[in-house]
Amino acid sequence: MSTEVGISLTVNGERVSRRVEARRHLIDFLRLDLGLMGSHAGCEHGVCGACTVRVNGLIVRGCLVLAASLDGDTVETIEGASDSGEIRDLQDAFVARNACQCGYCTPGMLLTAAELLRENAEAGSVPSRDAIREHLSGNYCRCTGYHAIVDAVEAVAKARTASSGAGKP
Amino acid sequence: MSLVIDPRSVDRPNSYIGRSIPRPNARKLVEGRGQYVDDLLLPRMVHVAFVRSPHAHARIGRIDASAALKLPGVLRIFTGHDLAPHCEPWVAVLAHLKGMKSAAQLPLPLATATWAGEAVAAVVADSRAAAEDAAAKVSIDWQMLPPVADMETALDKATPVIHAELGDNLVFERVNESGNVAEAFRSAHKVVEATFHSGRHTGVTLEPRSILAEFNKGDGTLTVHHATQAPHMMQEVLAQHLRLPLSAVRVICRDIGGSYGIKVHVYPDEVAVAVIAKIMGRPVKFVADRLESFASDIHARDHRIKGRMAVDAQGRITAFDIDDLTGIGPYSVYPRTSAVEGNQVVNLVGGPYDFPNYRAKTTVVLQNKVPTCQYRAVGHPIATAVTEGLVDLGAEAIGMDPVAFRLKNLMQDGTYPRTSPAGMRFEGLSHIKSMGLLVEMMDYRGLRAQQELLRSEGVHRGIGFASFIELTNPSPFMYGIGGARISAQDGCTVRIDPDGSVVAATGVTEQGQGTEAIIRQIVAEAVGVPIDVVRVITGDTLTTPYGGGTWACRGAGIGGEAALQAGLATKHAALQVAGAMLQAAPDALDLVLGNIVDKATGAVRMPLGELGRIVYFRGDTLPPDLPRELMQTRHFITKQYPFAFTNGVQASHLEVDVDTGLVKLLKHWCVEDCGRIINPLLVDEQVRGGVVQGIGGALFEHCTYSPEGQLTVGSMVDYLVPMAAEMPDIEVGHVETPTKESLLGAKGAGEAGTAGAPAAIMNAINNALRPHGAKVFAQPFTPERILAALGRVPKR
Repeated sequence: MSTEVGISLTVNGERVSRRVEARRHLIDFLRLDLGLMGSHAGCEHGVCGACTVRVNGLIVRGCLVLAASLDGDTVETIEGASDSGEIRDLQDAFVARNACQCGYCTPGMLLTAAELLRENAEAGSVPSRDAIREHLSGNYCRCTGYHAIVDAVEAVAKARTASSGAGKP
Repeated sequence: MSLVIDPRSVDRPNSYIGRSIPRPNARKLVEGRGQYVDDLLLPRMVHVAFVRSPHAHARIGRIDASAALKLPGVLRIFTGHDLAPHCEPWVAVLAHLKGMKSAAQLPLPLATATWAGEAVAAVVADSRAAAEDAAAKVSIDWQMLPPVADMETALDKATPVIHAELGDNLVFERVNESGNVAEAFRSAHKVVEATFHSGRHTGVTLEPRSILAEFNKGDGTLTVHHATQAPHMMQEVLAQHLRLPLSAVRVICRDIGGSYGIKVHVYPDEVAVAVIAKIMGRPVKFVADRLESFASDIHARDHRIKGRMAVDAQGRITAFDIDDLTGIGPYSVYPRTSAVEGNQVVNLVGGPYDFPNYRAKTTVVLQNKVPTCQYRAVGHPIATAVTEGLVDLGAEAIGMDPVAFRLKNLMQDGTYPRTSPAGMRFEGLSHIKSMGLLVEMMDYRGLRAQQELLRSEGVHRGIGFASFIELTNPSPFMYGIGGARISAQDGCTVRIDPDGSVVAATGVTEQGQGTEAIIRQIVAEAVGVPIDVVRVITGDTLTTPYGGGTWACRGAGIGGEAALQAGLATKHAALQVAGAMLQAAPDALDLVLGNIVDKATGAVRMPLGELGRIVYFRGDTLPPDLPRELMQTRHFITKQYPFAFTNGVQASHLEVDVDTGLVKLLKHWCVEDCGRIINPLLVDEQVRGGVVQGIGGALFEHCTYSPEGQLTVGSMVDYLVPMAAEMPDIEVGHVETPTKESLLGAKGAGEAGTAGAPAAIMNAINNALRPHGAKVFAQPFTPERILAALGRVPKR
């Protein structure tokens, strides 16, 4: 009953080739085949968002994507986003405001928030608190009351807009 | 003595206690570099998947594993009979809960499955996927038995008895009574009454229950990596029931992905994993999936409460009378028992108020559903909803504003210590001051004026209040006196290393609350070193002082005081050495930010690292009889009060759409008095997280069952938890009434939010519905229930 598929893809900037079972989800591929333990399986139904990672620059649920479908694609996890320094300001804000408690949801929450921040930076706008809440509504956090998370994202959005504005002539 | 620090003085050196300092372990978590149980990989590790009962109540006939064993990767399949010889059964009762009874339980049942989701066989394979494939191939001849699904009829003669050896389905009964309740109701000016329901909830920790057990047949030691709040308790349980010496069992907790009380219990399937590890002599991992979590994590709060309250002509509450019924599933949960929640309800109703007559009865019964046990704020949300619901009815009955009615009836500040009619002893509370701060924060008058205005436009907004008390810092009166081997004492060891850095090992544990952060703050201040040189060790029974762990809001109050005392003792020891080295009286020296200084002038005499170098590497240069004990351990246990009660008050502002029944939360406020605040940043978000968990139960969360005892929520699609978009901003305010039992003065803060939020939401909804004469008392307050109360859809 072997249904293995060969895939080659780029994960956090490194080229990776593996044979995977057709049923292997991306989250299991990352954790069990590549040892990238920063992304977490929370519900395995695509509801909680803990397994959120990027495929070709867009966030996806790692529990709803089959690894076999990713031949030739580019995957980025919290480890990659941390090493590149791309979300350093957002991580700093989460630490400074205690926007993470147990930390299990945090990697997914950060990548989801990073997407909102990027979209707003491109539009030159700062999202409202309601818009931040709406965008994060697919990422479940049981520890915080979300308030500190919204504070952190809002602060980074304001800081990024201010610094990009200051950089313009 | 001169070394005692006073946390009340603001301009003290090394002042870390009371400051908003980020957590030392947060950085690794935001980078995805934490280490949870499922992240651990050990050589020759195998995985378990459980075959679980599809029926609420059924005899286990022949178990046929032959097809499963043929699948690739499958190693062993264990039934209850395979594990039973290796494990002592347990019975979850506590001696001080008089008359309590429960049935003996094993890792896997031998003859009968008593809830849908109970593990009945364990499949071991080289991957979790292979184990799950095989579990699906295990065939069992089930003989269905009639289930006990409805707690209201659990004690009827016609209802089957779940465990014949118990004689009936009654677990525990208690009446807590004082004064003359009958006379109070006979002579009352007004009597208000209602029947309240709190729906079954569960914790939904984002990291599911996880355990990795490893038995070394060479030296007979069992090492368990476990997502648990109470490693020493688990060490005791595993040693006792696997018949191992306590010293042969080591429980290690690395990062834990949320707990909220869910991970403080003994789960039969987790004990099975440890037994299997002992039998197989190799590492065995079990991580529950989400469906298993819903069907086997403890549930909680399945209560029906009939309540009434008497009020005199002056608007004073004269009596509470409540009758609580709760269904706890087929077994009381080991070792804390499932009678504690009901017991808390009869201790806590009416808690914030000054009234003379009290009667509260709880009846705890068995049923064929997931076992219930202690979950965040145990009993408090139930007792608070009943109390505050009746208080609002009372205010309405005599035509008083709910705030004015509360201010008239709350225990007045400055009247402590005192004992409540329920027998709870309060050292010092601040209900009046807290209410004062709350109404100021929320602009109560402004909101009421706005509410009136909007009502005329057909917009239905409501304002609801909930005063509450919360039980924290438990003494042995909680579990120890009942015979449970659960420590109420906790300890901390503080050590100065050669470079002047400090290591603190504590028996309290971290599940995200910030335990490591507050212990680091306290130790840095007590020893007198910069905070960034302090490292904290938690969650390892082999390397930390024996303790209870983190539950019932004891981390800061108990663990924190032990850390403070150990830090002060270590500083004292360092100054003895410094005195000898500098030829000064130790009392004339101080340790400030890592330097030995002259106490009088503050002049730096020597870095602590130099003292460390001499003690560890050139001890020959010190006087031979000089003690040089740069490592000190202190323990703390509360002695004067069984519990340190905190208090507070919450308010909810919301809008009800009377056409759809939908509730929109506009804002929430909480004023909390948890005594000395060690880190406001952590306390505020703890309170908010607690509020949101309380809101979840009030509006969304419900473990629903069919009449056959089938759990009808199986994923997060049907069990709704609060997400960011539905939650309001939550403002937190503080009043500080430190406990006098400790130098630190800290009480707990983690459960207050959950205790009060459901009551505040309920009262706000009923306040919004008041022009329609509609009221809801059954949680969760779903659109359907609200529309039914409005008479717009039929009641179900």
